[in-house]
Amino acid sequence: MTPFLHLENISKSFGAVRSLHKVSFDLGSNEILGLIGDNGAGKSTLIKILSGVFPPDSGAFSLDGKKVNSRNYSCAQARKFGIETVHQDRSLAEKQSLWRNVFAGRHRTNSLGFIRIDLEKAETLKILYDIIELTADGLDPDLPVSVLSGGERQGLAIGRAMYFQSRIVILDEPTTALSLRETEKVLGFIKKIKDAGKSCIFISHNIAHVFAVADRFLIMDRGMVVADILKKDTSLIALTDRLLSVCQKEIPHA
Amino acid sequence: MHKLSSFGKYTSQFAISLLLILMLIAFTLASPATFLGWSIYEAFLSTIPFFAIPALAMTLAIVCKEMDMCFPSTIALGGFVFAWLWTHTGSLGLSIVAGLLAGTAVGWLNGFIVVRVGVPSIIATIGTQFFWRGVVMLLCAGLALDLTGIRETALHHVFAGRLFGVVPAQALWALGTAILMWLMFNRHVFGDAVRFTGDNSETALKMGIDVDRTRIAVFSLMGFLCALSGIMVCIEMGSWWPTQGEGYLLLVFASVFIGGTSAFGGQGSIYGTCIGATIIGIVEAGIISAGLSGFWTRTFYGVIIVASVSFYNILSKRQK
Repeated sequence: MTPFLHLENISKSFGAVRSLHKVSFDLGSNEILGLIGDNGAGKSTLIKILSGVFPPDSGAFSLDGKKVNSRNYSCAQARKFGIETVHQDRSLAEKQSLWRNVFAGRHRTNSLGFIRIDLEKAETLKILYDIIELTADGLDPDLPVSVLSGGERQGLAIGRAMYFQSRIVILDEPTTALSLRETEKVLGFIKKIKDAGKSCIFISHNIAHVFAVADRFLIMDRGMVVADILKKDTSLIALTDRLLSVCQKEIPHA
Repeated sequence: MHKLSSFGKYTSQFAISLLLILMLIAFTLASPATFLGWSIYEAFLSTIPFFAIPALAMTLAIVCKEMDMCFPSTIALGGFVFAWLWTHTGSLGLSIVAGLLAGTAVGWLNGFIVVRVGVPSIIATIGTQFFWRGVVMLLCAGLALDLTGIRETALHHVFAGRLFGVVPAQALWALGTAILMWLMFNRHVFGDAVRFTGDNSETALKMGIDVDRTRIAVFSLMGFLCALSGIMVCIEMGSWWPTQGEGYLLLVFASVFIGGTSAFGGQGSIYGTCIGATIIGIVEAGIISAGLSGFWTRTFYGVIIVASVSFYNILSKRQK
């Protein structure tokens, strides 16, 4: 696989706290990468750098062979490059309508900045039916996001990413706080990302969820990548053991 | 997916309209002589716009989860710059442009203090309210400016004249502003950015919305429309006075909240604010012409505000 995303020696500190230390890895096109590790391993920091929330202190990353200038990089820029982040509960504005959420920051407008509402509503319905496969009747793009269940919300965020032809979808703990059935739905959406030929970075505490869909796993510990394992070379049990052994090293007196 | 019809969207607007109609019926029954003639409505249309216009801008500010307590002073400052320049240069065009710019600058500065310095808006704008009122007092040495001659100018007719001799021009300006604000809020990307910023600024940021610029723009717009209101008050009254705008503070907030805009941000209604301002604007005349003491006015305001906000709260709980 050709590396679509290439990270080299990314480091980031917050005051005296070293959050990331020389992180390097590749993400292939059409690859689902499971990013696992304990709290404080640096997963969120890494994701925030990739999605443009803040720049790294040092190191660089390139997309499709093109080096990213971290000075001009921002959330809006990341989305333009095709990197879309789906957060546990921060991807959607709850009181806003479904169509506003789908097109937020990327509205279809006329030259004066007025939104083409009818077009956006029709496209939203398509996403709801085709990508999320909602079947409820009376589905109305004017409804607020708050009427959707947790899994449906993740579905909408993922559907939005796919609609906008994102090339890498970063999923930050998408299954936390979801029921079993809802989790199944979300894992189904992730498989759709793969089927659509896109790449995905899937971050979760729950190894079983990651294992079910990822092609490859990165284990992070205290700001460093400590293991890079292909799915075909491991099993859920072996991977769990590996992660536990990493975590246990963290507590010197245990 | 929970079943929920989109009917709920319009419930609050329907309710507030019904309240206004019921009030008009009650006032008419209490004093038919007053409420069946045009002159009371002409009076309403000449006074309500002055606080309805700031209330329209305040609606966007509240949806954006900001407060502008400074606006009465912005009105006074915008009016003062206009009045002073007109008395000193006699150029209406220059005076109006400068007045609007002064108001916009005050609004922008409020936004700057809130967004860039990071002071919560309610505190920052209480501070700037005192500051600008003080500045205006110093500049005018506590004295009103007489603008009597302005009533002879063509511009008086444009801003505060009477269309067909009966419809106050400022009402048309307010209506125009309301339509423009409705379009901005409901159909323009700016309104969308305001909604997302007020709903969840972190999400908005991640959606690529420039949250800081949106917030500063909301304050600047507030300043601009306050100055417009201040200038129109000057033209209508034929004078500027140092305490101009002070009476509008509570009327504006009452209009916005009676209209169904949520104090929690992210949701609001321009239509609601228009009706809210109308309700607030007719209460006093209705009560006095019904033969009740003017002291009832405030009591009545209080009842309407608490009742309507409670109603909206119950409505939004039921929708969840």
